[in-house]
Amino acid sequence: MIGATILLVFVLAALLAPYISPYDPVTQNTDLRLQGPSWAHLFGTDNFGRDVFSRVIWGLRVDLQIAILGVVFPFIIGTLVGTVAGFFGGLVDAILMRLIDVILAFPFLVLVLSIIAILGPGLTSFYIAMALVGWVSYARLIRAQVLVLKNSDYAVAAVSLGFSRARIMFRHLLPNAVAGSVVFSMSDAVIVLLNGAAISYLGLGVQPPIAEWGIMVAEGQPFITTAWWITLFPGLSIVVLAFGFSLFGDALGDVLGVKE
Amino acid sequence: MHRYKFVLYRPIQFLPVLFGISIVTFVLVRLIPGDPARVLLGTRATPTAIANIRSQYGLDEPMWLQYFYFVKNLFHGEMGKSILYKIDVLKLILTRIEPTLVLVLTSVTLSVLIAVFMAALAARNHGRFADHAVRVVSTAGIGFPPFWLGLMLIILFSVNLDLLPVSGYGRTLGDKVAHLILPSLTIALSLSTVLTRSLRAAMVEGLRSDIATAARARGMPERVVFWRHVFPNSMVPTINLLAINIGWLIGGTVVIESVFAIPGIGQLLVRAIFSRDYMVVQGVAMVLACATVLINLIADIVTVAADPRVKL
Repeated sequence: MIGATILLVFVLAALLAPYISPYDPVTQNTDLRLQGPSWAHLFGTDNFGRDVFSRVIWGLRVDLQIAILGVVFPFIIGTLVGTVAGFFGGLVDAILMRLIDVILAFPFLVLVLSIIAILGPGLTSFYIAMALVGWVSYARLIRAQVLVLKNSDYAVAAVSLGFSRARIMFRHLLPNAVAGSVVFSMSDAVIVLLNGAAISYLGLGVQPPIAEWGIMVAEGQPFITTAWWITLFPGLSIVVLAFGFSLFGDALGDVLGVKE
Repeated sequence: MHRYKFVLYRPIQFLPVLFGISIVTFVLVRLIPGDPARVLLGTRATPTAIANIRSQYGLDEPMWLQYFYFVKNLFHGEMGKSILYKIDVLKLILTRIEPTLVLVLTSVTLSVLIAVFMAALAARNHGRFADHAVRVVSTAGIGFPPFWLGLMLIILFSVNLDLLPVSGYGRTLGDKVAHLILPSLTIALSLSTVLTRSLRAAMVEGLRSDIATAARARGMPERVVFWRHVFPNSMVPTINLLAINIGWLIGGTVVIESVFAIPGIGQLLVRAIFSRDYMVVQGVAMVLACATVLINLIADIVTVAADPRVKL
């Protein structure tokens, strides 16, 4: 419940950002540089005089998008690959599994960074890199499920009724195999959010002046000795959003009867 | 000793993975649009340098032959030259390996210590306040961005308490230790959240096991039952979990080195991406992938040594 509430509040805040943020997130105001938290500026202002609270709300839009799109593309690719590998077995399966072994041999972030190096910095590169690397976990989960399910009575019955392979795979096996991946996608969203923010922090993701939490932390770093609020609040927002995903994932696991 | 036979044949099983790693890194750099010689040497390369790299990597030859040259150069320890530093990539990586290696080792040690402390506290007070507190902390802790956590630790220990240096690496041993405490603690706190959850579950289960009941029946105090019988058994799955997370750990090191300005491999990688020093990106990716494979082998050996029942 707590997890669902946090996520709901954050999604609403992201949708309503233009209406609830008190100031414009990118307009600079040199008269208001580095002011501490006050009633006028709840989270203080940064070195350009921008309102940190407004930037946190607008940043939510970007970071929520990172957590969602960074999971959706790998989820779709991994589910398709895992279903096909598990269902057909044999050579197709062997080749796909070796490919997964190779991708898993690379430290995740290092491979993602290398792909971003080739494509050039930016959020689009990040999504492409996530899609190319992140699908392996989903493929493994789905494949393991499909391997078990394809010998179940209803699958055998579907085969003997002469249904097409595509129908058996996607109408019969997939809906029963997908629950574990859905639960996993919630804890994956936490990791993707942290990675996306880290890549923006390094300067390789979202580019300034767009408000995004990772970049806001990086922009506040030179001022941590004097203006801690610039770094504290965006980071804290990541923690709360991640906590929301974690709790919601745990609750979803209980409801769907999935063990991690 | 036959239980350790896998140490001999496991590296052979790794060959397809190593082959795959070389293919991926080879393909990565060749996906960049434009003349590969210019991509690898930068825009200000001299015509002679371009001619040299063309012949060394066979860049005018078909793809499969280029790959052959690439592997041949690898076997000679040649990963190409860095555009920025003008020296061989492998040599460059070797000069940067010490801080990264030390950082990884201290982080793992610290995170295991933290996880054992937290998990023991929770498991021995199962169902009580300490247990719930540890569970909340370790669930929330997974969502702490390490780069931000590092900065918060700097504010606390370097700015407010003035105990430790803000960033950098130092020259003398004592200086290096002082510089590594905060970055190691940052990574350790992040990693320990995952370890604590699994260790706690294993310890709770262990306290209910027949081994523990038998030990209690012999009149052993609870403290001895826990530390001598439950604790060692709970460590085996934790070693596996550490091995699974080693890729994550190395990725975290890359980011943390940038936060604390530590001159290791991670910082080298990030700088190389900014300066389009593709030979370095390729080299670092390959070295870190091989390191991950090697660490997994070491984890297997430790598991076999720690638990006589395990056969690989």
